[in-house]
Amino acid sequence: MSRTPLDTVEHAAETPDVELPWAELGLKKDEYERVVEILGRRPTGAELAMYSVMWSEHCSYKSSKVHLRQFGEKAPESDAMLVGIGENAGVVDVGQGYAVTFKVESHNHPSYVEPYQGAATGVGGIVRDIIAMGARPVAVVDPLRFGAADHPDTKRVLPGVVAGIGGYGNCLGLPNIGGEVVFDACYQGNPLVNAGAIGVMRHEDIHLAKASGAGNKVILYGARTGGDGIGGASILASETFDDAKPSKRPAVQVGDPFQEKLLIECTLEAFQEKLVVGIQDLGAAGLSCATSELASNGSGGMRVTLDDVPLRDSTLSPEEILMSESQERMCAVVEPGKVDRFLEICEKWDVIATVIGEVTDGDRLEIYWHGGKIVDVDPRTVAHEGPVYERPYARPSWQDELQADDANKLPRPQTSDELKDQVLKLVGSPNQASKQWITQQYDHFVQGNTVLAQPEDSGMIRVDEETGLGVAIATDGNGRYAKLDPYTGAQLALAEAYRNVATTGAKPLAVSDCLNFGSPEDPAVMWQFAEAVRGLADGCLQLGTPVTGGNVSLYNQTGEAAIHPTPVVAVLGVIDDVARRTPVAFQEEGQLLYLLGDTREEFGGSAWSQVIHDHLGGLPPKVDLDRERLLGEILISASRDGMIDSAHDLSDGGLVQAVVESALLGGKGARLVVPDGLDAFTFLFSESAGRAVVAVPRSEEVRFNDMCGARGLPATRIGVVDGDAVEVQGEFTLPLTELREAHEATIPGLLA
Amino acid sequence: MARVVVDVMLKPEILDPQGQAVQRALPRLGFEGISDVRQGKRFELEVDGPVDDAALARIHDLAESFLANTVIEDFTVKVESADVVAEASK
Repeated sequence: MSRTPLDTVEHAAETPDVELPWAELGLKKDEYERVVEILGRRPTGAELAMYSVMWSEHCSYKSSKVHLRQFGEKAPESDAMLVGIGENAGVVDVGQGYAVTFKVESHNHPSYVEPYQGAATGVGGIVRDIIAMGARPVAVVDPLRFGAADHPDTKRVLPGVVAGIGGYGNCLGLPNIGGEVVFDACYQGNPLVNAGAIGVMRHEDIHLAKASGAGNKVILYGARTGGDGIGGASILASETFDDAKPSKRPAVQVGDPFQEKLLIECTLEAFQEKLVVGIQDLGAAGLSCATSELASNGSGGMRVTLDDVPLRDSTLSPEEILMSESQERMCAVVEPGKVDRFLEICEKWDVIATVIGEVTDGDRLEIYWHGGKIVDVDPRTVAHEGPVYERPYARPSWQDELQADDANKLPRPQTSDELKDQVLKLVGSPNQASKQWITQQYDHFVQGNTVLAQPEDSGMIRVDEETGLGVAIATDGNGRYAKLDPYTGAQLALAEAYRNVATTGAKPLAVSDCLNFGSPEDPAVMWQFAEAVRGLADGCLQLGTPVTGGNVSLYNQTGEAAIHPTPVVAVLGVIDDVARRTPVAFQEEGQLLYLLGDTREEFGGSAWSQVIHDHLGGLPPKVDLDRERLLGEILISASRDGMIDSAHDLSDGGLVQAVVESALLGGKGARLVVPDGLDAFTFLFSESAGRAVVAVPRSEEVRFNDMCGARGLPATRIGVVDGDAVEVQGEFTLPLTELREAHEATIPGLLA
Repeated sequence: MARVVVDVMLKPEILDPQGQAVQRALPRLGFEGISDVRQGKRFELEVDGPVDDAALARIHDLAESFLANTVIEDFTVKVESADVVAEASK
């Protein structure tokens, strides 16, 4: 058995002609040449491993970076922003000395390969981002998108994903308070599994990912390192070493939520005792990412002895150790005098912790293996100075045709019976139907601070028991709108999430996003991406809600067919007293229903056009962000002053969808009158943005009307909460029992 | 009637939290000298009729598509003779 010598830095310098499998590791020729140029020699196998993972699209944002800059350049002034883009997660001031950190990430590809573990480790990853900021995770949300509801593969992917999210989140004891479930054939081979998490801390507890202070120790703690998620590195391994070892490494990672729970408690205890100088979680690119980012964000260099990394599998090569994506690991930088105490805390929590290196006063990241130096790089070139591409983008040739295919021209219901029939079809369609069968598999109320959870407009968590301070979060995205017009579609996603937060009575503060698109090498997709980012950045500026961070997921496509461009936007809001929240459900019979905002004939991308005509064309609804802001202010004031008892935002499915949901949740019907100037069909199905339906107690009607009038927000009385049916006067009456059957039987029927 | 046993194990590279939990419990309970534990699943299938190649192929199919998640698990199929079964059930 012959073994090639260890590929040390020295060895690499002496053997410039050795061919390395850079192409197999995903590097382009010019990228490899740039590595050689940076180092002034060929990289060692370990260095190549690091550069290849850190310069991947996923870690380097090389295609998206040039566009994402707008989130910084166009960031609105905000006193609330404590930590912005670039850290593990953004941090926002919510008052009373509390800060909240939140972020949304994607785990799309792993969840398609292995739905349960893919989704579970997605939750694990986002939760570690939150603890790395110094915060205690308090809730998770999961925006999900699957292929057609009746496709057999959806029945494989969806239950696995839902069970994985539920299993991991429930084991951690984190309530799942929001998210979405959307079906569309475009996600058939590329389901979108996005995961968001919120954490709470005191201002003084914010921690950053940096390694400063020469002599400080680098501690790796958590699970042992195994061969998880290193499909690519196996190529290096088999090149470098003999063929006797297992070379086929699965790309799937398996999570252990109980280990993660220990990691949370252990990390927070170490924070509390102020033992930690800098911290980073290990996610994609594992140790390569953690060491290079910690070192490049700090003031010095770093020296790491890879032999000290606790392994689950002793046959791992150094390249594999550097690339491994084993879950439930963190890396902390600790002053030498505090190392013993840190290790004690880890031991108390049964968490394996090992000093693997130290911060140096140089500026190099050096990694040793069996006594040889196998990595000697400037960490900044690995972590931050990766390639940046100005990918060509062009408005696709089919865009005009798509927009010309006007949904407003589709045949509309001609009779009251037809209208009624279409209402039933709409509320029972997979996208509009109740998702209770899915969301009830998650624990909503663990920890006892959940104020609102699905199917409310936003999830809400109480932060302070004494004062009632709380935070709300909503995630929204509509790939159909974005396909018709990515700029507007991204703003509509933002507007909807903003509106959803305001509808529950919370003031929107900040934004996180998860941008799911096809291949950036396709100029049409790149155009969609560029437009969506521009739309989102402009929108955030106008609404005064900065983007605090997020994630980009590209290459969501099978062959030539990309998914709909799907920017998912999460908006975080704050409410002074959660007792003043506004629920979706109708509360009391006799209360007056008001429609806020303007209703236009807008059916492009609508749920109606999808359900009734299987159509996607035309233009999405218009966006008026000043109006959204005004609507938000009215909803928040009305909630604070007790002028409304329930409210529901209007989005996909339009008014009828919102009223049916409020009625079913409250167990009380509604009598509606079509307002002057609107036909019943437009009234019920239009998806004009900037609207909400509120229920106003009769005693508050004058005050509420005065407020809307004074602020210039159209408020139209459209009916009353009453009875046990939804009745549209002069058109039809649908008993709640019939609506409930249509709305609630669909998802179990398809999936159970 | 014959018994066919399908053993399903997580692939060697895949994390096995259950096995780890068992392994960590051992020293606490005074059982020393066990360096690793991997936990799997064993399915005992009672097969009607002869266990010929066709039957085994069918079992292989069902193991691959249903009993094991081949993304993260390996499985083996072995036949236990009818006699052994009778012996074991006494």
